[in-house]
Amino acid sequence: MSLHAQTIHELHKKLKKKEITATEITEDVFKRIESVEDKLHSYVHLCRDHALEAAKAADKIIQTKKDFSPLTGIPMGLKDIFLTKGRPTTCASRILEGYIPPYSATSASKLFEHNIVLTGKLNMDEFAMGSSTETSVYGPTRNPWNLDYIPGGSSGGSATAVAAGECIAALGTDTGGSIRQPASHCGIVGLKPTYGRVSRYGVIAFASSLDQVGPIAKDVTDCALILQAIAGWDPKDSTSLNLPVPDYNKALNPTIKGLKIGIPEEYFVEGMDPEVTHAVKTAIETYKKLGAHCEPVSLPHTEYAVATYYIIAPAEASSNLSRYDGVRYGYRNQQSKDLIETYKKTRTEGFGNEVKRRIMLGTYVLSAGYYDAYYLKAQKVRTLIRKDFEKAFKTFDVLITPCSPTPAFKIGEKTSDPLQMYLSDIFTINVNLAGLPGMVLPCGLSSKGLPIGLQIIGPHFGEEKILQAGFAFEQATDWHTKRPPL
Amino acid sequence: MKLSPEEVQKIAHLARLELKEGEVEVFSSQLSSILTYIEKLNQLNTEGIEPTAHAMEVPTPFRKDEVKQEISKESSLINAPHREGDYFKVPKVIG
Amino acid sequence: MTDFIPTIGLEVHAQLLTKTKLFCGCPTTFGKPPNDNTCPVCLGLPGALPVLNRQAVEFAIKAGLATHGRIAHKSVFARKNYFYPDLPKGYQISQYELPLILGGHVDIVTSKGHKKIGLERIHMEEDAGKSLHEHPETRATNATWVDLNRACVPLIEIVSKPDMESTEEAVIYLKTLRAILVYLEINDGNLEEGSLRCDANISVRPIHQKELGTRAELKNINSFKNIEKALTYEINRQITRIREGQKVIQETRLWNSEKNITESMRGKEEAHDYRYFPDPDLLPLIVDDEWINKIRGCLPELPAVKQTRFMNQYKLPEYDASLLIQSQSLADFFEACVRLYNEPKKISNWIMTELLRELKNRDIEIHQSKIDTKLFTKLLQIINQGTISTNAGKEVFSKMMESGEDPEKIVQDLGLAQVSDTDSLELLINEVLKNHPDEFERLKKGDGKLMGFFVGQIMKASKGKANPKLLNELIAKKLK
Repeated sequence: MSLHAQTIHELHKKLKKKEITATEITEDVFKRIESVEDKLHSYVHLCRDHALEAAKAADKIIQTKKDFSPLTGIPMGLKDIFLTKGRPTTCASRILEGYIPPYSATSASKLFEHNIVLTGKLNMDEFAMGSSTETSVYGPTRNPWNLDYIPGGSSGGSATAVAAGECIAALGTDTGGSIRQPASHCGIVGLKPTYGRVSRYGVIAFASSLDQVGPIAKDVTDCALILQAIAGWDPKDSTSLNLPVPDYNKALNPTIKGLKIGIPEEYFVEGMDPEVTHAVKTAIETYKKLGAHCEPVSLPHTEYAVATYYIIAPAEASSNLSRYDGVRYGYRNQQSKDLIETYKKTRTEGFGNEVKRRIMLGTYVLSAGYYDAYYLKAQKVRTLIRKDFEKAFKTFDVLITPCSPTPAFKIGEKTSDPLQMYLSDIFTINVNLAGLPGMVLPCGLSSKGLPIGLQIIGPHFGEEKILQAGFAFEQATDWHTKRPPL
Repeated sequence: MKLSPEEVQKIAHLARLELKEGEVEVFSSQLSSILTYIEKLNQLNTEGIEPTAHAMEVPTPFRKDEVKQEISKESSLINAPHREGDYFKVPKVIG
Repeated sequence: MTDFIPTIGLEVHAQLLTKTKLFCGCPTTFGKPPNDNTCPVCLGLPGALPVLNRQAVEFAIKAGLATHGRIAHKSVFARKNYFYPDLPKGYQISQYELPLILGGHVDIVTSKGHKKIGLERIHMEEDAGKSLHEHPETRATNATWVDLNRACVPLIEIVSKPDMESTEEAVIYLKTLRAILVYLEINDGNLEEGSLRCDANISVRPIHQKELGTRAELKNINSFKNIEKALTYEINRQITRIREGQKVIQETRLWNSEKNITESMRGKEEAHDYRYFPDPDLLPLIVDDEWINKIRGCLPELPAVKQTRFMNQYKLPEYDASLLIQSQSLADFFEACVRLYNEPKKISNWIMTELLRELKNRDIEIHQSKIDTKLFTKLLQIINQGTISTNAGKEVFSKMMESGEDPEKIVQDLGLAQVSDTDSLELLINEVLKNHPDEFERLKKGDGKLMGFFVGQIMKASKGKANPKLLNELIAKKLK
């Protein structure tokens, strides 16, 4: 198997045995990028020379040290939402064109400390606002399983690159499903940790109370390895929690006999693709065979998730994006005669339509007279949603649901109706609202050859539980070994 | 909830966005349909429910009152679209 | 204008004397080159996040305790959203629905007596940067230059209740509040430099009307003198309008210190919809009783308490005591002097008249002057002993302010020693009496006014050096 198609843990074994070098892996990855990138358009910025230098440095460590991090010498891509010092970071927006940050995100710095090889910055929906990577100012990324289809969003570039072997693994962010849904649509594994588990410092903010950083990789083990490196308290992020980081490796245990799995009734709805329902139900049977106890559970406020999210997230985003005013960095319309015109033209020309839509939505729901009816109301419903999960986790260890009501749809299919696009997030959004950890892994392929994903939801700081449940499923199936026919 | 074109213009102005003629209609209709959907929340009785501002109920952490230089002054100014000396330069408030 | 009552509320913003900014580790040092004290957080760079300065919270709690406010165990930071070039994030992190301190009051003493001025609240917030509409060097005015050194400096906003009913009350309230903040060492009290800022809300109503009138907001008052002028002007302006049958418009007005008038900002400013909501990047500020009590235990003796103690301990009238406690260092100077020379009233008099005047003329504070407690009390002692006259003493004092020299040395150098030797005075008296026999007769017969005449003559003859007290005694003896 080519190096670019292997996992972190497989490559690490070989690096340790000195069977291969980091430079060889990197060169293979870049060869792969050269051959498929034109079709996929996963990257917005490639740094081949820097990557080869980093690979060389990693090789030195591998040669001289007996023990080194499993991430050493591994080519990884970062969603272009992570600030990388000295390297362009644009959030796939015109308003940050040419922006070179003076510092790196904490999570990225941690990976650099583990001597990864940065391959480049990956495409995304503009300011992470979207579920299809179609709102990027650079144009869409294509699903490697079928180039006419979306890869999911907003971390579409990350998911595509990992699935297609254009990097071994990647980091993405998840606000309403943006790691999990693209992982599902691309047939790989994506993990959104508990809110506060990983630092948000240096991650361009979309919705501050919902954003989380997480790994996108080929299997559960790889996700665990990446999570181990990036998790932990950051004094620069007031919302990161000062709790010890467990050894996630210990969770990679295939025995889940007695594991109590809840199957939320509200996640099997009318209008879902029957192939999705079938794939997920089959997966549940697999869990039963492995000795887990699977029972139905009710999360009665599920149907209010989208409405709640589309008040809270745009509200926070409208405020977070006010700093993009052309004064201190980024794009500025230089032809304006006064300040207000500068603001308006800069922001109008700099932001795409979906971003503008959400800014206006957010501005509206926070404006005088509407705060109680919308924002405050949504925060209260959020409490109800949170309580649903708390109740469920009194009885169950994890919950299993589909990730998306349908597999990937065609590029352009939902762009004219924003509301339809929002409704496709129905299964992932609640997890962000409650701040819980969630992981998606492949559990089937549709008749059109498009991947179907399974979502495992855990209680707060229950990453070990979901990793264990995911690992066990992988050991009993082979969906995670399938690669797109590119 | 239907938003009139005037209301949309007002919101755009608050957000320092400019909408062209044709756009006002489109945004107005899209935002209206989203807001109408959002009103679904009114079906729920939330009396006596505390709002969730954060997923976890912990106090804000503190910082010591110690000077730390994070980046150089040059780094602060280097991305400025228009820089004059060590200032950020912008057009006058009223042109 | 006594048929109208003004209603005044003041909003004071005070910069806290922390070493670093409210949400980042940048220094708060004043006067640095533009944008020297900046970092991703206070620049509002993408991806930056705020972390709260504990010392700033302590300072705010001190202010709350000193004004008898209620410290909230839980308070929340909220975003106040608006666009301006010196507001880097496009929002200011402030406190809205749940501020750190609620209620409280400031006791003031005016010409009419004691009054309690209520406080609505004190909350924490970050300062904005500076927008310069004129380039400081080139003097160009065709653009705006932005310096973010001040962005994110910690502030407390102290909002009074509309309890003040005169310009005098407002000025004294501000002075009293300022003294409290300076005593607490949380603010430097500098109105001119802007580390202390004051906005006023003013309305007037006819004396028998219960309802308050429409109020106007006054901004840009940057000295105590200007506050007095601006408030007085605005009150009169509103009264005149009402008398002319016109309505007072609810608006923001700026004090124009050149024209000495308030001008409407209408047209320049639009109604703001700040869209306040709790800042999701910060968790609630939790303050427990243990912390509050620890801070309470470390509070210094506050001005009001010190004033009462001065009145009781040193038997000083209220007026004297109130002047002495104006600044912590002046009060300390006074007490140190009393410890060296136990004549509190004499010391107080000299401080109130000569010392304060000299300090004002030289535009310095007591700790910046060349006078120390030893020299000062020495001077008072030699005046009291009669070595020099009071007038000569004033001259010596002035010299001491300039040179910091020992008063005895100055007296010697300038030859100011008073003639207190009875024999030489007798000689002078006899000489003058001989030269004015008629007047002496009249004095002997009871024309008391001539006493002044003779004292004056002898003083002249002695070139002002005769000890007037002794002189009076000796002349009186001659009348017997």
